[in-house]
Amino acid sequence: MLNIFCPHCGELRSEEEFSPAGQAHIARPLNPEACSDEEWGEYLFFRDSPRGLRHELWLHASGCRKYFNATRHTVSYEILETYKIGEQPAFTEAAGKKSAAQGVSA
Amino acid sequence: MQRYSGFGLFKQSLSHHENWQRMWRNPTPKPVYDVIIIGGGGHGLATAYYLAKEHGITNVAVIEKGWLGGGNTARNTTIVRSNYLWDESSQLYEHSLKLWEGLSQDLNYNVMFSQRGCYHLCHTLQDLRDAERLVSANLLNGIPNELLDRNQVADEIPFLDCSKNTRFPILGASVQRRAGNARHDAVAWGYARAADALGVDLIQQTEVTGFRKQNGAVIGVETTRGFIGAKRVGMVVAGNTSPLAAKAGFRLPLESHPLQALVSEPIKPIIHSVIMSNAVHGYISQSDKGDLVIGAGIDGWVGYGQRGSYPVIEHTIQAIVEMFPVLSRVRMNRQWGGIVDTTPDACPIIGKTPVPNLFINCGWGTGGFKATPGSGNVFAATLARGEPHPLARPFNLERFHTGALIDEHGAAAVAH
Amino acid sequence: MSQVNRLSRGGRVDRSQPLTFTFNGQRYQGFAGDTLAAALLANGVDVVGRSFKYSRPRGIVAAGAEEPNAVIQLGSREATQVPNVRATQQALYDGLVASSTNGWPNVDTDLMGLVGKVGGQMMPPGFYYKTFMFPQSMWPTYEKYIRKAAGLGRAPTENDPDSYDLINRHCDVLVIGAGPAGLAAALAAARSGARVILADEQEEFGGSLLDTRETLNGKPAAEWIEQVLAELKTFPEVLLLPRATVNGYHDHNFLTIHERCTDHLGETAPLGAFAHKPVRQRLHRVRAKRVVLAVGAHERPLVFANNDVPGNMLAGAVSTYVRRYGVAPGKQLVLATNNDYAYRTVLDWLDAGLQVVAVADARSNPRGAWVEEARSRGVRILTGSSVVEVRGSKRVKAARIAAIDTRSHRVTSPGEWLECDLVASSGGYSPVVHLASHLGGKPTWREDILAFVPGDGLGLQARVCAGAVNGVFALGTVIADGYSAGSKAATDAGFKAVNGKLPRAEERREEATLALFHVPHDKPTARAPKQFVDLQNDVTAAGIELATREGFESVEHVKRYTALGFGTDQGKLGNINGLAIAARSLGISIPQMGTTMFRPNYTPVSFGAIAGRNCGPLFDAKRFTALHAWHVKNGALFEDVGQWKRPWYFPKPGEDLHSAVARECLAVRSSVGLLDASTLGKIDIQGPDAREFLNRVYTNAWTKLDVGKARYGLMCKEDGMVFDDGVTACLADNHFLMTTTTGGAARVLQWLELYHQTEWPELKVYFTSVTDHWATLTLSGPNSRKLLAEVTDIDLDKDRFPFMTWQEGKVAGVPARVFRISFTGELSYEVNIQADYAMGVLEKLAEAGKKYNLTPYGTETMHVLRAEKGFIIVGQETDSTVTPDDLNMGWCVGRTKPFSWIGWRGMNREDARREGRKQLVGLRTVDPNQVLPEGTQLVFDPKQPKPMQMAGHVTSSYQSASLGHSVALALVKGGLSKLGQKVYAPCRDGRLIEAEIVSSVFYDPKGDRQNI
Repeated sequence: MLNIFCPHCGELRSEEEFSPAGQAHIARPLNPEACSDEEWGEYLFFRDSPRGLRHELWLHASGCRKYFNATRHTVSYEILETYKIGEQPAFTEAAGKKSAAQGVSA
Repeated sequence: MQRYSGFGLFKQSLSHHENWQRMWRNPTPKPVYDVIIIGGGGHGLATAYYLAKEHGITNVAVIEKGWLGGGNTARNTTIVRSNYLWDESSQLYEHSLKLWEGLSQDLNYNVMFSQRGCYHLCHTLQDLRDAERLVSANLLNGIPNELLDRNQVADEIPFLDCSKNTRFPILGASVQRRAGNARHDAVAWGYARAADALGVDLIQQTEVTGFRKQNGAVIGVETTRGFIGAKRVGMVVAGNTSPLAAKAGFRLPLESHPLQALVSEPIKPIIHSVIMSNAVHGYISQSDKGDLVIGAGIDGWVGYGQRGSYPVIEHTIQAIVEMFPVLSRVRMNRQWGGIVDTTPDACPIIGKTPVPNLFINCGWGTGGFKATPGSGNVFAATLARGEPHPLARPFNLERFHTGALIDEHGAAAVAH
Repeated sequence: MSQVNRLSRGGRVDRSQPLTFTFNGQRYQGFAGDTLAAALLANGVDVVGRSFKYSRPRGIVAAGAEEPNAVIQLGSREATQVPNVRATQQALYDGLVASSTNGWPNVDTDLMGLVGKVGGQMMPPGFYYKTFMFPQSMWPTYEKYIRKAAGLGRAPTENDPDSYDLINRHCDVLVIGAGPAGLAAALAAARSGARVILADEQEEFGGSLLDTRETLNGKPAAEWIEQVLAELKTFPEVLLLPRATVNGYHDHNFLTIHERCTDHLGETAPLGAFAHKPVRQRLHRVRAKRVVLAVGAHERPLVFANNDVPGNMLAGAVSTYVRRYGVAPGKQLVLATNNDYAYRTVLDWLDAGLQVVAVADARSNPRGAWVEEARSRGVRILTGSSVVEVRGSKRVKAARIAAIDTRSHRVTSPGEWLECDLVASSGGYSPVVHLASHLGGKPTWREDILAFVPGDGLGLQARVCAGAVNGVFALGTVIADGYSAGSKAATDAGFKAVNGKLPRAEERREEATLALFHVPHDKPTARAPKQFVDLQNDVTAAGIELATREGFESVEHVKRYTALGFGTDQGKLGNINGLAIAARSLGISIPQMGTTMFRPNYTPVSFGAIAGRNCGPLFDAKRFTALHAWHVKNGALFEDVGQWKRPWYFPKPGEDLHSAVARECLAVRSSVGLLDASTLGKIDIQGPDAREFLNRVYTNAWTKLDVGKARYGLMCKEDGMVFDDGVTACLADNHFLMTTTTGGAARVLQWLELYHQTEWPELKVYFTSVTDHWATLTLSGPNSRKLLAEVTDIDLDKDRFPFMTWQEGKVAGVPARVFRISFTGELSYEVNIQADYAMGVLEKLAEAGKKYNLTPYGTETMHVLRAEKGFIIVGQETDSTVTPDDLNMGWCVGRTKPFSWIGWRGMNREDARREGRKQLVGLRTVDPNQVLPEGTQLVFDPKQPKPMQMAGHVTSSYQSASLGHSVALALVKGGLSKLGQKVYAPCRDGRLIEAEIVSSVFYDPKGDRQNI
């Protein structure tokens, strides 16, 4: 069971309090009418599912009810960071990653 | 191919089983094949078998990064059924179920397909409406299915708590009597042996690391054992589809999630069919060895670790004890996880990709095992002709652009 | 029979406390402190079970979690049966009743054993894949017999009388295993001030110290256990958990501990003080900052011919029974070993005054201290040799020791048969790498100790290993390793470690173990007598070699083809031997072969313990409205809607569903009815941008909704498919009250938050769920105004309080919001009261309503009344494939709204605009009394062959008492252009119901009645 640091509450809490909400940083097109069916389909359904770092959206459902982002490794399940909506991740696949022991990184 | 039979077994026993042949060769890859299938799981091996058997295409290689049948084929809960809602999917799964019904004889390998029936429990009035809709659709599609009331359910499923004072009382169930279980590993091995006998090269411990293209079209694959050429390439790599598609240069409407399952210690048979409930969210059957085989829902996040979160196991056990209180003192032996490629409509993607000569078969979500023969069969036809098999046509990739989804979340809600 | 094998002295059992127990119907006696296995051995019970495949007699092999054979059925009553209990891990209690799980008519004379003998040759690994295929139709019959042989024990057929608990825990250091390493680690961590949990699977702490012949500080090692425990008990932050197995090591240092609270006292938890029944088992869900794995090692047996005959035991287990339980499981001992440690068994045996026949040591010239001690005590040691074969059927009678060459894997002398009744074997030690590997970390092979040790764990486990699991075996070193591991764990968790003095252990010369797993036989493996690798699954060396010959070359293939390690012991005893045999057969090394995956559980865990109290009434929350008690009092039957219990209908004596609903419907249409609508989701929306937000999330426009008015709205997801609906009222210019479907309330709130927080944070708007804060009483029917007027100060004049508006005032003396909206098509008022006051208001309304025959109605009547009006229910008329236009609700689509609201782009995709989509229509059956079954599929041409082209399906269908005919709603392909045409419903029961496609509004199509 993951241990997740809620950036709003400032605490490490167990996964049971949270619900995952898919890939992060999927912005709604500003002008949907300008999108072709294909582009709209990509926005609706096409997602990155990498083996490695993934930025994903989480909801602190049984906590502060706020959404936030996490950078998580999809094979080791290590969470490298969590950050608020609107912020940018410090860890990206391209920039490489530092490792932190599971469950104790805040 | 050395033919298997009871008499053969007796004959071999006289020579202390020293003369059994290998089930498949360990071939060196040829420089070029007519068709390369990436992925030596059940679906990939079935594809190779039907390519050779039904389309006469035997210059085929299956390239597997680990061991044959080592992905979801080895990790599923072995349920086979075809009671899906929409015409497109029920016909595809029914095609598969019909192939299951003669598979042991076709492959000369006993896959232990046991048609012990599959019950979907209904706990709410809406469940009953949905079940009526499903059963009715199946019947008109020529797929026998029945709807039972609470008393019939209680009669047919011993120890199921059908009392009215449970949290979600059982109001009825649909039952597909031709559904059941099969021995999962045997399916991979049976197809592998039969495909090998028809000349297919099964190349294990070899990973595809990239695709070689000419004028935009695929002409072969780069592997850990060098380049291997091919006229057509089929990708059947559940649990690794998105990363491999990325190597071929395209994205998919897929997310790969952990799907967990567990078994009890082996006990004397007590569960005689497959019983599933969407409302309490769990399902159960019992293997011929005596293990209760129990499945959970998927974990909500992307994960390739072949393990999920503990609360999913807890909730599943709660559901099982809620349905079968007598199992409270039975003990859980082992849990594990597979990796399932989920699509937005809980239906697979079979057919062409944006890259010419490269075909995919993926997105089976939680229900791939049951489709193994049918999936291999229609994908073989697709690879042989370069055009989708009619049953596969609705499951194209374009549907995520046009919106013509085939939403099976209802029929696939509890993972299986 | 008294305890024939009980030694006259020694052991930790309490001889002053005799306990009686029953095994296979026979009564025996043991002592407090025995395990069931120890007590069985004490009583000379050789055969405890029959093997799974060949039905061979089997005896106790081990003394702990690795035991493969002594898997028994426990329980004297039906309700308390427990299958597959390992006798080596079950404490003896007075009155224990156990039996073997296989064997017919009994384990001693088992007829299946004949089948095993005769048919055994026909059952190589995977034989079932090769047969039972012809004829195809016979498979169900074959399978019936296969299933007869399935399973070990059986489940009870009555419900569990016990209860179980879950508990969440947090600690700085979790120490797993309370042997020498674990005790030292716990001490080090506790002294640093860390919050420590020490968990051990056994009945008492101490692990190997409980039966070792070694000393600490010159005294028996057990004395040191007492010292450590005494000190640990002085720390308030230390939790000691005996009988508690750590079963799973999950992500982010989350571990599960299965504590057996009362299993040592009886088969069901005994009543405590005040007739309180304690929990039988408890599952601790632990988040540990750091973990110390001090889980020890399992001894491996050697694999030789007939090594399964009762009387074959692990060397270490023999020592345990002698020293800890004062039981000698035989008289004449032969030891087969490849290492020094096993000589302790010989010394223990001699100390107990028993006869050692011989030791077969595979090494050519062993000179370790224990070896020399044995030699000096006159033990006959045959070097360069092993036990190659055993004779006996239900008990070992003799063992053949022969010279062997381990390199060429050959027997090099005929050897000699030695009479004996006990063969102890030791093939070295396998560290218990299970927990360390649960997250996928691969164990590392160490050639120097011939064993896998935990790998680095991929950095996923914040843990330290200590003692035997680390490949450290000498007692003094183990304790030092434990103490330093405990210190490191505490330091890593942020504490300052404290140095401590460690007890002094004896030092002695120890020599290396020789690589021997499978002992050669004169005959090829396939022709030799069976050499068992996995006793529980009857996997033999020949079977593993055959698997590799047939092309199963991966370790997972070998496991799956032979069933190696698939038992309830998960291969603790046999897996490494199996790997070694497969590796040799394939000509590769053991590390090249690798291990299979290790998965939780380490040992099995009761379903009940995993579920805890979250079953039965606590399986899921039940939600009741503030008026629930009134509904119960008035005879309501309830329907589950999400977690809510909603009144379904209120039958009067003698009424069934149909007659009750007909009465309720007519009451609403002719006078007035009352519905508890409290379960509808209510979301309070405030902020200057609330209106703009509504414009974006609803399909219709909200710009012009004045204060005091209410409007119905549809919600779609981005794909344009309907997702929820409800009425939203404007309370003030920046304040709205949104209602949602009962089942959708949480989903909708989460969705609003998602868009607000991630897409449009610039909008100033706030959402609060107020579902539980307000109770909603709906009065519906032509007399609702008159009734309400009697209890309210609100002016109900039809012009001053028109349809689709709301007013604030008092109802029955309580502040209320009254909404004039209607889901029945009748004049209706929805009275919202603060939930705490609702019951009083209802009682006053009911009293005032008597003269109007105020009739409470439930969801069923609500469904009928709204269906007569063609109103949809999201989730019944819709699945996730229906657009507003499909529902013929284009009037609710704001096609000109400036902002591209959620769903607009989606519903304009190619497929959503396609001709021939399914559309919502009404159906009138040709026979007005036939009610179409809800869910039934429709066809245009009933005569076509299957598979039929389907036209759609019935979403709602009822007999309408008001109209005198049945009404149905259906989604039909191109339905809106087919009004007046016929469709057919081929029903499951064989009926073919003919119906006409009509408008979906059956009742009061102009909507006059709600406007009066």
